[in-house]
Amino acid sequence: MSKKQGWFKSGTPWIWLNGGAVALSIVMVAGLLGLIAVRGLAHFWPAPIVQFDYTQRDGTQEVVMGEVVRSQTLAGTIVIDSGRPDLAQPDDLVTRFLIKRGNRDVTSRDFMWYLQPAMGEMSRPADAVVIERREWGNFYGLPRAVLEGDVIVAEGDAVMVELRNRMARALSIRDEINKIERSDIGDINYRMEQIRLGSRRIALNDRLSEEEKAARVAELESGRQALDDEYAVIQQRLDQLNVEASRDTLLALTADGREMRISLRDIVRVTQPNQLSLFGKMANYVDRFWEFMSGNPREANTEGGIFPAIFGTVTMVFIMSLVVTPFGVLAAIYLREYARQGPLLRAIRISVYNLAGVPSIVYGVFGLGFFVYTIGGSIDQLFYPESLPAPTFGTPGLMWASLTLALLTLPVVIVSTEEGLSRIPSTIRQGSLALGATKAETLWRVVVPLATPAMMTGMILAIARAAGEVAPLMLVGVVKLAPTLPVDSYFPFIHLDRKIMHLGFHIYDVGFQSPNAEAARPLVYATALVLVGIIVVLNLTAISIRNRLREKYRAESD
Amino acid sequence: MTDSQNAHAPENRGFRHLLPDADARKKQRRRRMINDKLSAFGISMAGMGVVGALALIFVYLFSEVTPLLRSVSVTPQLGYALPAAGPETETLHVTLDRYQEIGTQVTRDGRIIFFEADSGEVRSEFSVPLPEGTEVTSFGYGEKRDGVLAFGLSNGQLMVAKIEYELTYPQDFRVTVPKVTYPLGEAPVDVDEQGQALTQIAIQESSRGTVAVARTADQRLLVNAYRTQRNIFSGDVRVSATRTEMPTYPHAVTRILVDNSQRNVFIADPAGYVAYYNISDVNNPSMVERRRVIDSGKQLTSMAFMVGTVSLVIGGEDGSLAQWQLVRDDQNRYSLARMRSFIPHDAPVTFIDTEYTRKGFLSGAADGSLGIHFGTSSRTLLQERVIDAPIGRIAISPINGRMLVVDQFDGVHPHLVDNPHPQISFRALWQKVWYEGRGAPDYVWQASSATDEFEPKMSLVPLTVGTLKAAFFAMLIAMPVAVMGAIYSAYFMTPRMRGVVKPSIEIMEALPTVILGFLAGLWLAPFVEDNLPVVFTMLFGLPLGMLLAGYIWYRLPQEYKNYVPAGWEAAVLIPVVLGIGWLCVASSPYIQLYFFDGSMRQWFTDQGINYDQRNALVVGIAMGFAVIPTIFSIAEDAVFNVPKHLTQGSLALGATSWQTVMGVVLPTASPGIFSAVMIGFGRAVGETMIVVMATGNSPVVNFNIFEGMRTLSANVAVELPETAVGSTHFRVLFLAALVLLVMTFVVNTIAEIVRQRLRARYSNL
Repeated sequence: MSKKQGWFKSGTPWIWLNGGAVALSIVMVAGLLGLIAVRGLAHFWPAPIVQFDYTQRDGTQEVVMGEVVRSQTLAGTIVIDSGRPDLAQPDDLVTRFLIKRGNRDVTSRDFMWYLQPAMGEMSRPADAVVIERREWGNFYGLPRAVLEGDVIVAEGDAVMVELRNRMARALSIRDEINKIERSDIGDINYRMEQIRLGSRRIALNDRLSEEEKAARVAELESGRQALDDEYAVIQQRLDQLNVEASRDTLLALTADGREMRISLRDIVRVTQPNQLSLFGKMANYVDRFWEFMSGNPREANTEGGIFPAIFGTVTMVFIMSLVVTPFGVLAAIYLREYARQGPLLRAIRISVYNLAGVPSIVYGVFGLGFFVYTIGGSIDQLFYPESLPAPTFGTPGLMWASLTLALLTLPVVIVSTEEGLSRIPSTIRQGSLALGATKAETLWRVVVPLATPAMMTGMILAIARAAGEVAPLMLVGVVKLAPTLPVDSYFPFIHLDRKIMHLGFHIYDVGFQSPNAEAARPLVYATALVLVGIIVVLNLTAISIRNRLREKYRAESD
Repeated sequence: MTDSQNAHAPENRGFRHLLPDADARKKQRRRRMINDKLSAFGISMAGMGVVGALALIFVYLFSEVTPLLRSVSVTPQLGYALPAAGPETETLHVTLDRYQEIGTQVTRDGRIIFFEADSGEVRSEFSVPLPEGTEVTSFGYGEKRDGVLAFGLSNGQLMVAKIEYELTYPQDFRVTVPKVTYPLGEAPVDVDEQGQALTQIAIQESSRGTVAVARTADQRLLVNAYRTQRNIFSGDVRVSATRTEMPTYPHAVTRILVDNSQRNVFIADPAGYVAYYNISDVNNPSMVERRRVIDSGKQLTSMAFMVGTVSLVIGGEDGSLAQWQLVRDDQNRYSLARMRSFIPHDAPVTFIDTEYTRKGFLSGAADGSLGIHFGTSSRTLLQERVIDAPIGRIAISPINGRMLVVDQFDGVHPHLVDNPHPQISFRALWQKVWYEGRGAPDYVWQASSATDEFEPKMSLVPLTVGTLKAAFFAMLIAMPVAVMGAIYSAYFMTPRMRGVVKPSIEIMEALPTVILGFLAGLWLAPFVEDNLPVVFTMLFGLPLGMLLAGYIWYRLPQEYKNYVPAGWEAAVLIPVVLGIGWLCVASSPYIQLYFFDGSMRQWFTDQGINYDQRNALVVGIAMGFAVIPTIFSIAEDAVFNVPKHLTQGSLALGATSWQTVMGVVLPTASPGIFSAVMIGFGRAVGETMIVVMATGNSPVVNFNIFEGMRTLSANVAVELPETAVGSTHFRVLFLAALVLLVMTFVVNTIAEIVRQRLRARYSNL
């Protein structure tokens, strides 16, 4: 008893509580990262297809086939209230499973909850396939035959072999169609637009007489005719390819025995997960993960890849760092080396530091009002009158997003650089000055090189912050789906006026604005994982640079 | 570059020096000096530029907000007389078009004259086809944006005309052609089958058709509802009418108004009363009340509908102006209630003209003074004498940029009006406002809608309360964990473990909040909803479990304890936390089953406590998570930097480690911890994405932990992309951003100053 009292009196319990707070924090961080990693990575692993009988309320039996997404425990009362008093007593706990049964085109709901008491034995039919389609989401079922036109070319065991061969052909045609649609037709559209803008520019030019205008416009119009002809040729080729692509069809049965015909041109991937060996699964995993990282989004961003988002994020952050690093560094040098030290400078310094804590949305508001509407509007008036009223720079876009983020991260770079400058021992500076170097020479040849790692740290921290920032971008240039990348082969190659996709915004948009939230969820986790990965790596780099820096100076100042 | 020039210089002289000659040296010195100056100049410019750019944020936000505070001004322009002026023509109505170019004069002899608003020159003139031998005995008009005019005739018939403007763009220039159409056909329609003259007429056109309320010479009140059918081939209009008679009103009447919904009729009685009739039941229209609206002994002189026909503006002989509307009581009965009064005129009010698209109105008085008022903000924006004669009529343009003031002698005095943001006042933003269609004043944020007659409700109170609510719950969760963790990590933890723990918690700070928000909204919110008991069991279970683990550890034989040296308690506790967490989750269904009939969430709802899936609890946890590293990192520094000789002295005097913490470390480090908490609070206030994603974003005013909220930052993020540039709503959102900026800036500055003081103190100790 007295021992216990002593324990309390010494205050040790409080120490344990404090330690518990740290433990809790660590568990939370690790749990969060683990949750994202597990959910994000597991999505690409081919899940087994299960099949079971399910008894509906009215006694009818239904065969269900699909993937188990997750399970949940319910109280019996809830089951009874939901209209299934036959399945539970009020005191029971009932498990239910969320099954992804796909086939959205026939079942209309691709995710369904099933109560365990009404489920029969779960089996894993070996020949069940999951077909990823370009439209309507996944198909789950049993392959029956491959058709060319209306003629059956393969049946029974031969189906899968034949299907794979023909899939390869269909995919290559598909690639060609994509190429034509993207590059050839895109090219014609681009030139058409140039002609339209050109003739508009001529019309707006006050220095030309009416005849000159007419002549020049006629010249442009002849170019348009040539383009129209070119387009007709391409369109013909495209039609032909489309016909070819639709040649083969797969005949498959759904779990409840309905016959489905799926054109091979609509198929992305066919998998029989219940037959796959471990290596097969790994190959499948790598394949799907690669598609995710390098592909374009499909089906309102709920399927396919996130490449445009990764590309947009990287481009934006790159342009931002080009702006923020020189200005941030110069400002820090000014504050530390040139500005007159005094109370005013102290106030300025505190203000600059504090701007790092100002809500990011405020920067977004500023960016929208000042950059987009004020500056962008003026640029349009001066340089792009032919496109008006459609705005070029007077609308949110890549440049404004980058500049807004540059402003947002300026304090980070300034603080870090200043810290680096202040760490440089004054003996080094004085040594340089004593040898007759001017202040500028001392600065550029001695001080700045020594402080480079600090600037690097600042830049990396700025990039890490910018990569994760979403709120201001919602106002100044990020959209849910950008049809074209901001970098392409047309002059001026980097299109600062284009809108971009962004990983962070992608998470928000797919997670919260998606029409099919359940289907989108795994992709959101995977996207989050990519974003977290980028940011954690950047931060770890910054931390390790900082640590190395400290060691270096410790050695030098001794 | 300098090297090559140095190399050339000696050759000219024919022999070599080790140093360049004096000339070249001088040149080089100059060049170096210039470089030095240039570099100083360049860096200073860049530095000041950056500081200036950051300052620009304040300046720009402020400049976008200031127009809200600008006062209203009117500028007189050259006057002229109405086209049909003189004693023999009586003017019934004057309007101004949306391009502020064309005025309209309606006279008693049935003429509609369009004239240039700049000069009074006649543009075109139309005559309403009146039947032979009749004359106009009364006149009324509907909602001004509809442009519907009603002429009550001496034979009990009614002629309805409509002013329309046709826009064409020949050669890219806008040409407005005014014209008059007859929605009920060019022939008059019957109102009174007894053929009595109509002494008063009210009209309203809406999607339900056209309704006219008339008073006949023998004081009967008639309601006529017209439906029109247009033959698509011939273009003929067939009009069908439904007639009802209302109970008579046995007093004098100066004006009748009927509302858009065709349910309510208001009759202005010059004795200072308004009679309210309910005509929603066609077979049984009734007078609901007759209410005094002007102080006794004074006359009611003018009455008009605000746009939307929900509320009335009433002016009196005593110069008083007030806004009234119907309010429903407990028994579902409607009665007139005064919403607010405006600054009165010194002379009798002679005319009230309401704005086309906003809840504002203009009033004219017998002393020639003009008032510009706004309903929502209860403001009288301007009151000044604009002419020397009594004001007869006022016609404001639909875009509120120009008005025609007409005196009693038909002289027109055009004025330019600058009145862009009347909705905003301190009161409208921060105090309870009585909005149209509501029973009592309230705090509401509902800034936009599809229709013109909607009254924007821009109270910042719900948003500010939401912001504080979110920050409060976040701090409630973050503060204990972060501060306690910081104390432990800085004071008790072994350096090796600290080397791992500190950076990993700091990395947490860099985690994008969009990820926290999405986890909170998509994973945590449904999880908490299904497993509500977990929150409560963890709240008590975790501390108890930790203490228990500590005690068991204490009672453990020494040889086991040696495996884990002091300073590793946190590591020991990790499995404990995990275990308790698992226990809480696993026990949740049973707790719900045995204590809450299967669902704790349902149980709360049954107790009358609202439960939203995405609520303040979820936001608090997620945002607490985001704020913990900020607080932890700064507080940890403060505790860690407490000079060692202080703690060692305390320990040497026999205090236990905890006593040293309480007695020495905390008092010394408390300013630093305070500043950490402030900075954390600043971050919670400004956080956007977590709130956007993890709450329902409903602007409610309460502190219920199970309901959502809408914060200033989330509101800006959600609404700003969809507002019109330069509109009041746009500027109010900028104001919200400015409020956020100032709020966090002040909080952070205080924290920073406290921290710097502390640093100075440490160096003195």
